[in-house]
Amino acid sequence: MEVIADAISWILIALGSFFLVSGAIGLIRMPDVYTRMHAASVIDTLGAMLLILGFVFQAGFSLLALKLLFVIALLFFFGPVASHAMAQAALHAEIEPLLAEDRRGRKVPGDDEPEPGGQPEGVPST
Amino acid sequence: MALVYDMPRRKRFDNKTREQQMRSLVLAVALFLFWLALSGHYTPFLLTIGVLCVALTVFVASRMLIVDDEGQPMELLLAAPAYWAWLYVEIAKSAVTVTRIILDPRLPISPTFTRVRASQKTTAGLATYANSITLTPGTITTGVSGDILTVHAIIREGADDLEAGGMDRRVRQFEGDA
Repeated sequence: MEVIADAISWILIALGSFFLVSGAIGLIRMPDVYTRMHAASVIDTLGAMLLILGFVFQAGFSLLALKLLFVIALLFFFGPVASHAMAQAALHAEIEPLLAEDRRGRKVPGDDEPEPGGQPEGVPST
Repeated sequence: MALVYDMPRRKRFDNKTREQQMRSLVLAVALFLFWLALSGHYTPFLLTIGVLCVALTVFVASRMLIVDDEGQPMELLLAAPAYWAWLYVEIAKSAVTVTRIILDPRLPISPTFTRVRASQKTTAGLATYANSITLTPGTITTGVSGDILTVHAIIREGADDLEAGGMDRRVRQFEGDA
């Protein structure tokens, strides 16, 4: 039993580490702040999740395992808030996103009167 | 449609409806369970302190008028596990997609900004949708204005998927008729 838990735990930790490293490589390879945030979100979702699940298997059936699950929950509630705040800060600082396509002016189904250009305030048009 | 800007600005302190009492009760139980899980010591003295802390917290929270459908959305509690399970699978799928992009020597990104409509009826549902988009690797909600979300996607397909509205429908289903 111990051996099986250990094996599962190591597989999860190794997989999690793989996603952490890929995320870090992505941070370096991506061209601008917005695309870098996408690379970082691999780290704080799947990477952190697999790592902590690996720790849970190490902790066994205990209060410690429950606390580790709370850490996952914490990441899932606070992570997007932090990402959103950072993206908004970058937009307010008028950092122009590198875009292949800008559909911010598009009509959303059910739209009566799209705002002119559909551009949020403080965003340079691209 | 009850969205961000038409929340009542002022509520009377003495307006304690059954619903608010129910919310405070659910909050107190949840906080005490959390306290028990974190503590691990179950002597009468510490349990008493825990109950007092929970009572104080619930009292302050209801004085701050945050024990409402936005701050304490208890209707969503039962549906949450199924939604989270679905969201975890979505996150895993898109994390793998983004990882493949990162490790691809050609770095095949096509960053796209788009706007999508959130059809949720409650603020908690809207926040859930916006946060789920951000949590899913490859898409970030960069702005909310009324029921329109501005979303940055790392590849075109990510924007296409959101415009198709699959996640929007799933969150609305999660929200139920709350």
